[in-house]
Amino acid sequence: MEPVLSVRDLVVEIPTRHGVLRPVDHVSYDLAPGEILGVVGESGAGKSMTGNAVIGLLDRPAHIAGGEILLKGQRIDNLPRSRMRRIRGKEIGMVFQDPLTSLNPLLPIGDQLSETIETHLGVSHSQARRRALAALEEVGIPAAADRLDSYPHEFSGGMRQRVVIALALCAEPSLVIADEPTTALDVSVQAQIIALLKRLCRDHGTSVILVTHDMGVIAEAADRVAVMYAGQLAEIGPVQKVLTTPRHPYTDGLVGSMPANSHGQARLRQIPGTMPRLTAIPSGCAFNPRCPQAQDRCRHDPRPQIENGAACWFPLGEPA
Amino acid sequence: MLAYIIRRMFQSVIVLLVVGLVAFSMFRFVGDPVDNMLGQERTQADIERLRTDLGLDQPFPVQYFKFLQGAVQGNFGVSYRQGRPVATIIAERAPATLELAFVSGLFAISLGIALGVFTAIRRQGVAANVIMTLSLIGVSLPTFLIGILLIYVFSVELDWLPSFGRGDTVMVGNWSTGFLTTSGIKALILPSITLGLYQMTLIMRLVRSEMLEVLRADYIRFARARGLSERTVNFRHALRNTLVPVITVTGLQLGAIIAFAIITETVFQWPGVGLLFINAVQFVDIPVMAAYLMLISVLFVTINLIVDLLYYAIDPRLRVDGRTA
Repeated sequence: MEPVLSVRDLVVEIPTRHGVLRPVDHVSYDLAPGEILGVVGESGAGKSMTGNAVIGLLDRPAHIAGGEILLKGQRIDNLPRSRMRRIRGKEIGMVFQDPLTSLNPLLPIGDQLSETIETHLGVSHSQARRRALAALEEVGIPAAADRLDSYPHEFSGGMRQRVVIALALCAEPSLVIADEPTTALDVSVQAQIIALLKRLCRDHGTSVILVTHDMGVIAEAADRVAVMYAGQLAEIGPVQKVLTTPRHPYTDGLVGSMPANSHGQARLRQIPGTMPRLTAIPSGCAFNPRCPQAQDRCRHDPRPQIENGAACWFPLGEPA
Repeated sequence: MLAYIIRRMFQSVIVLLVVGLVAFSMFRFVGDPVDNMLGQERTQADIERLRTDLGLDQPFPVQYFKFLQGAVQGNFGVSYRQGRPVATIIAERAPATLELAFVSGLFAISLGIALGVFTAIRRQGVAANVIMTLSLIGVSLPTFLIGILLIYVFSVELDWLPSFGRGDTVMVGNWSTGFLTTSGIKALILPSITLGLYQMTLIMRLVRSEMLEVLRADYIRFARARGLSERTVNFRHALRNTLVPVITVTGLQLGAIIAFAIITETVFQWPGVGLLFINAVQFVDIPVMAAYLMLISVLFVTINLIVDLLYYAIDPRLRVDGRTA
């Protein structure tokens, strides 16, 4: 089956006075229709930057410096702004982290929904209102008909994130990029939102890129997972396989640091050190200074390419 | 909502009383009107008689009370200089000032917002940077200097526009308007620009900085991510969210436009209330000065009330009767 989205050797660069930074460095992955791909990594690993590049919302001076992005086989990374605008919302929807700030505080939510629907589906205002109502009902807003003219501040955080999801999905996109959709929510609401996102995308056959730093969310929702480190893909594969038998030492560290995997020990496990800053990415494999298995080759050879799902010279679970 | 308006009205009355008191007590120090009103050949008896006639021999609280008594009935006394009721004089002069203030306010708001939005959206562009640099001139040059420069260029050198007066006016009821004649409209141009330039640049710089702030907001990114057109994003989503602070400043500045019309009216010999006030100060014409100051404070208080009500219209979060989830 043709992938909905293909990212090929994507490079994002930010020129600065102190040289060119690469927050995304040769990232490649495919996304099948209806698939949920989790993207995990620490802050600054390039997770969100990849998502922004796909939807064409990189903040200048960040820009795509190499590679291709294909949506249903068509290149979209080099489209003119006006064509790209028609893809945003229509083909690719986006859900942001903080529902408290993602909605315009001065417009009723019904207006925000219907303007999106009118923009992409070319229907009349009254039809757009009807679709907006249906969208709100679908995301589980109680008494949706009465809430069309409510303002964002009249909703709780969880309800607002439901509205945001309705907005992202109201023009029936084939791909949704959810950038930390539960990070700003109460723990009790997080599971509901993830379940909602999962259900809606299954019903509509929408593919999802679920960006998060929460391994628990990934385990809960994703079909496949991509682990990012310092702008590069460290490991990618089916969730079950990656979480139970990680091949990259970094993934192993991440999985090991999940509280559930600490088996009642007094201290949680952690990966020593911190992720390098973009200005000081070590030569060789970017993870080598923190890697328990690092050898000379990791420090001197150019960075390893992804092979069998992991970008490591000495993947775990294989005789060295 | 109604309770709020009534409370605000009550506050406004107190503000007006205080302004009146301050203004009135100031007049005791600006000079003795009697000196101006009587010629060189006055006798002590003349002076005493005039003082009694004007009520100036009475204690200060009594004078203030009498002034207030008249003021609420629309009677501001008789001008010492012109010997006519102040209310009539101001009614004659007000249209000139209000028309001038209206045109310069319109100029300041429309151009200020348009340029502010433009410079915010194209903040890297050459044109935006040129406008921003030029706007510094508008903010820093004093009004009278701008007026004189404009007169020099457009009246003296180019001879396109008149340098003083209102041109021909037409009476519409009791209102003398300059909008209906070519010379009246031509005469409005230079004074309006002079009066509104500072406000225009101020509004523009404010709109720009607020826009830059709002354009970074998440809901603007989200609006873009939903594929809305640039125009919808910039105007429906971004500009609206800049309006609350902009309206605050704009409201105060509109008051300032009328109050500070004095300088512009002096430079252009514009026959409005500002010029009337300056002449009244020179002549220690207390009734005219008092009426003018009261008028200006009524104006400021009214504008502030309107601004507060506009907040409610723009920002739903302030509406107390809103339902909450």
